[in-house]
Amino acid sequence: MDRATVEAKMTDLLVDELGLDRGKITMGAKFEEDLEVDSLGVVELLMALEDTFGVSIPDEEAESITTVGQAVDVVMEKLAG
Amino acid sequence: MLLKDKRLLITGVLTDDSIAWHTARIAQEQGAEIVLTGFGRGISLTKRVASRLPVAPDVVELDINDPAHMEALVADLTGRWGAVDGALHSIAFAPEDALGGNFLNTPAASASTAFVTSAFSYKTLAVGLLPLLLKAGGGSLVTLDFDNTQAWPAYDWMGVAKSALESVTRYLARDLGPHRIRVNAVSAGPLATVAAKNIPGFSQFRHVWAERAPLGWNVDDASPVAQMICVLLSDWAPMTSGEIIHVDGGFHAIAAGRGEE
Repeated sequence: MDRATVEAKMTDLLVDELGLDRGKITMGAKFEEDLEVDSLGVVELLMALEDTFGVSIPDEEAESITTVGQAVDVVMEKLAG
Repeated sequence: MLLKDKRLLITGVLTDDSIAWHTARIAQEQGAEIVLTGFGRGISLTKRVASRLPVAPDVVELDINDPAHMEALVADLTGRWGAVDGALHSIAFAPEDALGGNFLNTPAASASTAFVTSAFSYKTLAVGLLPLLLKAGGGSLVTLDFDNTQAWPAYDWMGVAKSALESVTRYLARDLGPHRIRVNAVSAGPLATVAAKNIPGFSQFRHVWAERAPLGWNVDDASPVAQMICVLLSDWAPMTSGEIIHVDGGFHAIAAGRGEE
């Protein structure tokens, strides 16, 4: 899966699963500050990522994710590994 | 199989780290049929992780403080099974100002919310399920406790609520025992669940446990707790009620440390 595909799927997932505003989603957007995703939302996001991309994201790595782009990075890494 | 044909209601599954999730997993592996309940916004998470169980169970909405939800749940279970053999109460909540070192300034309303949702709710669940437990000829209820015999950092009014929950366990055991319903609590060591991560100061618990528990303790492994819950839900603890069973690596028995330098 190339980066553009992952980014597009990520955007769909944020809109469909977390109910975020598509217009606000950029790769630099911060989940908590810019997109107002709370702690429960972050948990839901991680689960959705795991289900959508068939990857497993350990807590330590999950904790380092603050922006949409970083989430894409982690997914790309997992898909490659 | 330990729980063959048992019909069990399991509350409190939020993620696949939840103690309740592992309980559901082991219960299914041991032959139980289960239904999960989910709450509020978290219900979408409950549904998602339900599909990660060996057999995806149904998820019914339950806000324990909403009598209409309890009524609908009982109607569902009556239609589905006609009787219930046991339940896991894994429900707790404290407002932010009741946790995290604000003990002296917590308003009564927040402390009261912690009590009602985290302790009184065990009674609510027990009474709600009573007709179905009676139809099964008795049963077993288990709740999740965190030992509050001594004061913890940051745990504050949640800790007070847990002390109340232990007491509720004893009174329920008193009143439900004549109906052959056992009522117990499992006092777990700290586990890195979503609930725990939302307790400020959780990391302090983690370190002290690792140093003191004679058996050691892994905050990422909820299975030992889930196994004990399954034992209590089974027919293998027939004369145990009103009990607080520790699954904490032996931590509660040790005062200062293991005596190692």
